Amino acid sequence: MTETTPSGDNTLLRETAAIREIGRLERFLGPENYRIMVGLLKTPASIIGFVLIGVFIIIALAAPVIAPPVTPNDPYKIPRDGFSSEPQPMGSPWTRKTPPVPFWYEPIMGTDQWVHILGTSQGQYDVFYGIIWGTRTAFRTGLIVTIATFLIGIIIGSVSAYYGGIVDNIIMRVVDIFLTLPFILAALILAAVLTPRIGKSLFPAIIALVTFGWMGYARIIRGDILSIKERDYIMAARVIGVKDSRILFRHIIPNAIFPTLVLASLAIGDVVLSFAALSFLGIGTEVGYADWGQVLSFARNWITSLNTYWYIVVWPGLTLVLYVMGFNLVGDALRDVLDPRMRGKS
Amino acid sequence: MLTYIIRRLLLVPLLLFGVTVLIFAMLQFLTPVERSALYVRDIPKNENAIAGIIKQYGLDRPLYEQYWRWLVGRVDGITGERKGGIMFGDFGYSRTASQPVVDLIRNRFPNTLDLTIWAVAPVILVGIWLGVQAAVHQNGFIDQAARMFSIVGTSFPTFVFGLLMLMLFYANLQWFPPGRISDWANQVVFTDDFRHYTNLLTFDSLLNGRLDIFWDALRHMLMPILTLSYLSWATFLRVTRSSMLETLRMEYVTTARAKGLPERDVIFKHAQPNAMIPVVTLAGFSVVSLLGGVVITETVFNYPGIGQAAANAAAQLDVITVLGFALFNGFILIVSNLVVDVLYAVVDPRVRLS
Repeated sequence: MTETTPSGDNTLLRETAAIREIGRLERFLGPENYRIMVGLLKTPASIIGFVLIGVFIIIALAAPVIAPPVTPNDPYKIPRDGFSSEPQPMGSPWTRKTPPVPFWYEPIMGTDQWVHILGTSQGQYDVFYGIIWGTRTAFRTGLIVTIATFLIGIIIGSVSAYYGGIVDNIIMRVVDIFLTLPFILAALILAAVLTPRIGKSLFPAIIALVTFGWMGYARIIRGDILSIKERDYIMAARVIGVKDSRILFRHIIPNAIFPTLVLASLAIGDVVLSFAALSFLGIGTEVGYADWGQVLSFARNWITSLNTYWYIVVWPGLTLVLYVMGFNLVGDALRDVLDPRMRGKS
Repeated sequence: MLTYIIRRLLLVPLLLFGVTVLIFAMLQFLTPVERSALYVRDIPKNENAIAGIIKQYGLDRPLYEQYWRWLVGRVDGITGERKGGIMFGDFGYSRTASQPVVDLIRNRFPNTLDLTIWAVAPVILVGIWLGVQAAVHQNGFIDQAARMFSIVGTSFPTFVFGLLMLMLFYANLQWFPPGRISDWANQVVFTDDFRHYTNLLTFDSLLNGRLDIFWDALRHMLMPILTLSYLSWATFLRVTRSSMLETLRMEYVTTARAKGLPERDVIFKHAQPNAMIPVVTLAGFSVVSLLGGVVITETVFNYPGIGQAAANAAAQLDVITVLGFALFNGFILIVSNLVVDVLYAVVDPRVRLS
């Protein structure tokens, strides 16, 4: 804590108070984790990243208001306006089964006629609707896959590091084997194998991404635990006869987990990328499911005329890029904070 | 050195076993009837015939027996003909391509290899050069541009990047077409006069002295090459840069400077060779990620390589074909990882001596 000279000046007092308040947070997180937090909040790039992520969270939460569903029971089905294959331009009016018009629309557009704001794609799927509700899909899949891979990775990595020796050796060879196949190919295969068994939904792709996604976390947490295992307080706990599981879960993991946790939370962007890639290839969800990869895959049949139908690529593509970029900006700043050598000034 | 290589070689059977078990495990999600495509071309409709095939190939036997059968196949008692057996290169029949999976791979792989070579070589050479420049002129133009590019670039999914390229360079400007080769060139390639030395179209056309066909093939490949490699540029640059920065701070570099060597020699003769050690590993990894990347890139550009075939088969749920590709990829990657590790030991004495 910084030394402050007592004085009657009010501003100085307030600053001191502020320092104390952050100090509590610092005590809670520990000095190293606190440094990571502060570093993240001070980099301009990561602030832009946080803002982007925030905007997408708002879009996801407000999806029913921004793009009201035609069938409220099944909002993830992109509404269709006819069945003709040729995309309709931006701003063309709805002709059949018009969805309810949201309250924000009339003041901005000056009319209460609901149009295809970003046009329709092949099969008259509304692009705007797909993007808005696709945000929810992105967060859902991202969260499920990240949490699952994180937990599996933590358990396997900490068991491996804590027991060491032959257990460690076997587990690490299994990790090598899982890493042998390229990630996207392995996930593609497993999703294709699972789809006929459990039906078309989000789950084949989610299970596939989890199955081939945990190895990174296992490796990172293993390394962190190996270094913490040697600290004196672990030795002390062992000497007084604390059980293995208690040492692992109460003393080692809480001290080793923070960097992995932050990395995991940023992996949500990458997961969405892989998921979109799978559904772009036509694996996983039903045709017409509100998912960015799905919306983009409609463009595959129109590559010769993308100069006319550019909006079926540019808008969903831009959404995906901004989403991933939000997470990447924060992630890049994080790498700098974690690795002081990479800082610009050295 | 020798003990290191032997130890590393001992790992190969283990990895082979692991990967085959992994793929075999995924096969178990199929019904016995679907799995019979591993051994027979046409699965009969008749129920008795299906039951016969399942019995004949032991598709209802315990798992370890099935695994063994999958590895070595089944030799017919009368004709002596071997059916199945991945060890003998029989990966079963592809329903979607109506040919044996191995033939499909044999037809498609040269195209993928052609693309990969053109996507890897320039990246490694130019990427390393740029990385050294970025480190020597730290925070200079190349350095800053690379940083920006790698943040923006890593946020671009391959298929979005590919589609945007198609929109710009094909639909709007008509410069670079998708596909493999133009029709007129295709007719030339299939005549007897055109000798197939390597099966790699760009190299064959050069060896045949047909520059027009070489240019046509390259024109079709340019967009896939860029799509496949745009991420590697920044990665190579950044890894080379940080490794080079670290090396430049070492004492022996200071010594070299202190004894009055020209800066060129200090950088290119003393610092760079040592800074290349992590880059060798990265080159190995980039082969792995490229083989994954071809799945999407080839699909976007309709380029007839193994990635496109795998994606098509997967989209039509033709699992036998997809798993065949997985096996093939697994073998290639195990071998290339081995090569990388040995190379790594050659360039870095610390690895082979530890």
